[in-house]
Amino acid sequence: MIVELGHFALLLALCVALVQTIVPLWGAHTRNAALMAVAEPAAVIQFVLVAASFAALTYAFVVSDFSLLLVVQNSHTLKPMLYKISGVWGNHEGSLLLWVLILALFGACAAWFGNNLPPSLRARVIAVQGSIGVAFMLFMIFTSNPFLRLEIPPLDGQDLNPLLQDPGLAFHPPFLYLGYVGLSMAFSFAVAALIEGRVDAAWGRWVRPWTLAAWVFLTIGIGLGSWWAYYELGWGGFWFWDPVENASFMPWLLSAALLHSAIVVEKRESLKAWTILLAIMAFGFSLIGTFIVRSGVITSVHSFANDPDRGVFILMILGFFTGGALMLFAARAGTMEAKGVFAMVSRESALVANNLLLSVSAFVVFIGTIWPLIAEMFFDRKLSVGEPFFNAAFSPFVVGLAVLLPLGAMMPWKRGDVGRVLRGLMPALVFSVAVGLLVWAMQTERTTLGPIGVMLGLWVLLGALWDLWARTGRGALAGRFARLGRLPRADWGKATAHAGLGVTIFAVSAMLSWKTEDIRVVPEGGSYALGPYEVTLAKVEDVQGPNYYSTMATMEVRRDGALVTTLFPEKRVYPVQAMPTTEAAIDYGFWRDVYLVIGDRQVNGGWAVRSYIEPFANWLWAGILIMSFGGLLSLTDRRYRVAAGAARRASQAAVPAE
Amino acid sequence: MFIRALTLAAALALSPALPLLAVQPDEILSDPALEARARAISRELRCPVCQGEAIDDSNAPVSRDLRLLVRERLLEGDSDEEVLDFIVARYGEFVLFNPRPEGANLLLWAAGPILLLLGGGLAFAYTRRRADAVAAGEAALTPEEEARLKDLV
Repeated sequence: MIVELGHFALLLALCVALVQTIVPLWGAHTRNAALMAVAEPAAVIQFVLVAASFAALTYAFVVSDFSLLLVVQNSHTLKPMLYKISGVWGNHEGSLLLWVLILALFGACAAWFGNNLPPSLRARVIAVQGSIGVAFMLFMIFTSNPFLRLEIPPLDGQDLNPLLQDPGLAFHPPFLYLGYVGLSMAFSFAVAALIEGRVDAAWGRWVRPWTLAAWVFLTIGIGLGSWWAYYELGWGGFWFWDPVENASFMPWLLSAALLHSAIVVEKRESLKAWTILLAIMAFGFSLIGTFIVRSGVITSVHSFANDPDRGVFILMILGFFTGGALMLFAARAGTMEAKGVFAMVSRESALVANNLLLSVSAFVVFIGTIWPLIAEMFFDRKLSVGEPFFNAAFSPFVVGLAVLLPLGAMMPWKRGDVGRVLRGLMPALVFSVAVGLLVWAMQTERTTLGPIGVMLGLWVLLGALWDLWARTGRGALAGRFARLGRLPRADWGKATAHAGLGVTIFAVSAMLSWKTEDIRVVPEGGSYALGPYEVTLAKVEDVQGPNYYSTMATMEVRRDGALVTTLFPEKRVYPVQAMPTTEAAIDYGFWRDVYLVIGDRQVNGGWAVRSYIEPFANWLWAGILIMSFGGLLSLTDRRYRVAAGAARRASQAAVPAE
Repeated sequence: MFIRALTLAAALALSPALPLLAVQPDEILSDPALEARARAISRELRCPVCQGEAIDDSNAPVSRDLRLLVRERLLEGDSDEEVLDFIVARYGEFVLFNPRPEGANLLLWAAGPILLLLGGGLAFAYTRRRADAVAAGEAALTPEEEARLKDLV
């Protein structure tokens, strides 16, 4: 009964979304306030209905209702409760419902927090958001309905893929979707502004928090996925340039570009057409990501969904929304003339460079991802594009960005002077280069990546700190420290996010350059040296978990005779899916992770063992968290909290004064 | 990565009785320099039956064959390039993660730089227009104003 109610709520939500799309648009067109006012309750009701539908599906998973096909395919009575719940979105249909839920949530947020928007813009934003909901709910109901019943329910389910039974992965998709779908708000704002025919500083101010929020969620989501890959897949890799990873990385790059270009719109009323285009493209790439993940076109044996109908449907959604928005853009681009003027060397031009590098790098990832498809279709060549290509083609953009970032971040608006900015940054520059050279001289491996990473990471980090310090003006130290606390949150957020990027750049290059690996056969009771450590395979025993059997090793890690830690790497078999997984045991440390994996028993006795020392692994996760935290700080800046009318007047008054 | 897990699972499910480790201890060459080269080559080779995994990370039997083949050729004294040629001749360019910059692939390699130049040109032209607008739209500061500004800043 509850499942039927959920199914019904979904259908009802579709109807409400249709109303939400048509009525406010018509109202805004005819300047009818009553019709425009339909937008808000419609958005809220749509959200409530989709939430009810999602709750019903979750209920079915929690009570293991095996009359539901989706539950049979993805759940099992013995599965721990956390994974029963995360199993709701651990599959195509359920994850699509989560997608629609978040879409409706953002629509409702626009209704709740959009009081400061002009009524016609608000009505149009919510209407466009509703239209995306219509498209995805149609997609779900026609090709991927999660509420299909079975005539004869089986006694038990087929279990969730064991690799997905993991706390890191339980929260990875919701964050990722909050990011992907959050970009729909930027898209809705762009399309609404194009219909309105007006893009001004206030628009930049309204669209930026949504982009920022989406970017923060996307950053955390990608970080969680990367962390999961690191500890779960058993060889310590954290990024594979897999098409599905790229699908989340492209919107991340474009949203990073968008939240920088929106600053230029907000502060200087320039780059308006470009920012609109970027907002359309960022969400377009979210849709392309959805297409890549769910159509199975790119990696042909994809198990998430290899139904061609679904691919065609998503392609239609993609074509309709991006194509439609781009046509609207072409028709209206002429009306968006820039107001602000700026010199060749200025904050504005630095942000143009930032956007150029970020969007071209997103394009490089894109072409690398779809090249196998193009090569097969047009040149009849079956080929692959992987890590070596992306490392070679993408890294230069990171280097370029990192080199320019501290300079650009401190460049004054309108007209700047490279020499002057560089003079302030000189200590940071000298120090970073010196440390980089020192590291190059000291390292035993002759890699160039490591020292360059140290140099760039330090340059970005110190540059961010100096940027913040320089904003406190001149005078006595005490006064400057006092002013530091009173700086706007946006300044703190900017410095924090940039510092996080510096830490991330450093950690990535350190992990790629200075990893220690050891693969060998160890008898029970045997020891071996791993870097400065001595590792002992104390014993190997069989253990039974709630829904798996495990071969668990006890391994002691010693340094200079003293026990550092005892680790328990496992090899599990999940009998329902007849699938083995490796559970690496990791000793997380400030400078390094000790990463141990137990393998098979060898014919001649002993066990295959893989051990790694991963330098600065925690710095990578920390860097990603610091970046997201910077975004959050910026999101709580005062100017996003004050009433819009006042903010608009203030912004218009503030611009000439700068 | 979420989906990667599923694909990985699919690949694993195809061959249930497989060993869990990718590179096996018995495959490793005793000469560390040669082994390092084998590793570097392996990173560029794709497991032909898996989901975009390098042969080093893959558990499929064919990947083990490829890993052994790479080492065999290295022991025979082949250069890195010769090893890759040898394998591409047998398994096709599909196994190369790093598409060779030849023929149509030149387009792939050149796409980024071309777009950077194009976009850079456009961005430069745009910035230039904005900068010219400075000259036209705003009267330049007089020397006295300039001096006062210096004092203030």
